[in-house]
Amino acid sequence: MTVRRTLRQAEPVAHSRILAIGGERGARVVPNDEIVGPIDSSDEWIRQRTGIVTRRRATDDVDALDLAEAAARTALDRAGLTGADIDVVILSTITYFHQTPAGAAILAERLGATPAAAYDVSAACAGYAYGIGQADALVRSGTARHVLVIGAEKMSDVVDPTDRSISFLLGDGAGAAVVGPSDTPGIGPTVWGSDGSKAQSIRQTHSLAELARDPSLGMPTLRQDGPSVFRWASFQMAPVAAKAMAEAGVEPDDVQVFVPHQANVRIIDQLATQLGLPESVVVARDIVDTGNTSAASIPLATERLLAEGRASSGDIALQIGFGAGLVYAAQVVVLP
Amino acid sequence: MAYTAQEILEGLAEIVAEETGLPTDAVAKEKSFTDDLDIDSLSMMTIVTHAEDKFGVRIPDDEVKNLTTVGDAVTYIEGAQAA
Repeated sequence: MTVRRTLRQAEPVAHSRILAIGGERGARVVPNDEIVGPIDSSDEWIRQRTGIVTRRRATDDVDALDLAEAAARTALDRAGLTGADIDVVILSTITYFHQTPAGAAILAERLGATPAAAYDVSAACAGYAYGIGQADALVRSGTARHVLVIGAEKMSDVVDPTDRSISFLLGDGAGAAVVGPSDTPGIGPTVWGSDGSKAQSIRQTHSLAELARDPSLGMPTLRQDGPSVFRWASFQMAPVAAKAMAEAGVEPDDVQVFVPHQANVRIIDQLATQLGLPESVVVARDIVDTGNTSAASIPLATERLLAEGRASSGDIALQIGFGAGLVYAAQVVVLP
Repeated sequence: MAYTAQEILEGLAEIVAEETGLPTDAVAKEKSFTDDLDIDSLSMMTIVTHAEDKFGVRIPDDEVKNLTTVGDAVTYIEGAQAA
């Protein structure tokens, strides 16, 4: 008679946290004056409209994976870990121009993280917060011990210099976080979702298949319906961030740092107002001189606040990503 | 209870004043949001969203571009609350 065996499942751990964050910005500082010509605009208009004074862009010989690698190495060093300690590499990007293989596998190999599980996430400006949500679940379920989450973008590769809707916002950079087990709670529940009915709100001009059929189209670039996206991000994302606080069991008064996706200073300010955050909360405004770096913006802004001493290890931070999809994700985290 | 056109105008003027810093009496029916009140498309979205909350109506994104003057907005909100 055969013995029916019961399965063993991964042994969960109680808590997870972000152990370290690293960042890398594009090497070039691009002021508004350098890009206003083809869009018949001005430094003043861009500042008033978006808060951006300069954006960082990478040089031609650097791609999203290079930026990711630099950010990841910094994060690993700060965590006191090496690639060999990493079980999963999650790379969030929309500017690594290969359908396959995933950039994450190549990145894992470069970092000495082989044979870590490795995959890319396509969640645009929400990609980092999506990745943190997955890393938290992977660590607490016992599926992985250490997860490396990277948001890396070379947005300048999808810029149309004549586009007045989104291109002038965009910058290049990468931010990485190492997530691992913790004695205390370090990552609150992720509140996330999507709304594909608004897929056209932030879009690619054409698909790669269309480009293959008609090479005269050139590389696809990005467009957005700015006012609609502003309205959605400013007013519909506030309840998402509020829910992330509620699910984490914290009140606005408990939050020390607010790190929304760096899409536009006016969205950032409106979100802070809608959320009723006290004046004492440090609000990330890295966009002013980095630009909108999509999936990289939250970790880059967080790293900067820590580096400048405006935020400290152990601070409670509310972070929310939102963007093309439309997709969004928010969670409360303890800063490393 | 539906708001009268005058009540909508007064409420809208308060919202515009809050967003722009203009005095409420600058917000008259014949004024153009962009040309006279210098309100850009992002501030306009903020204003209509607050107007939705205040008057309990829906003002879809696609309708906002048709609201050229303050009077257009008053008329739209008046009609929307009756619907």
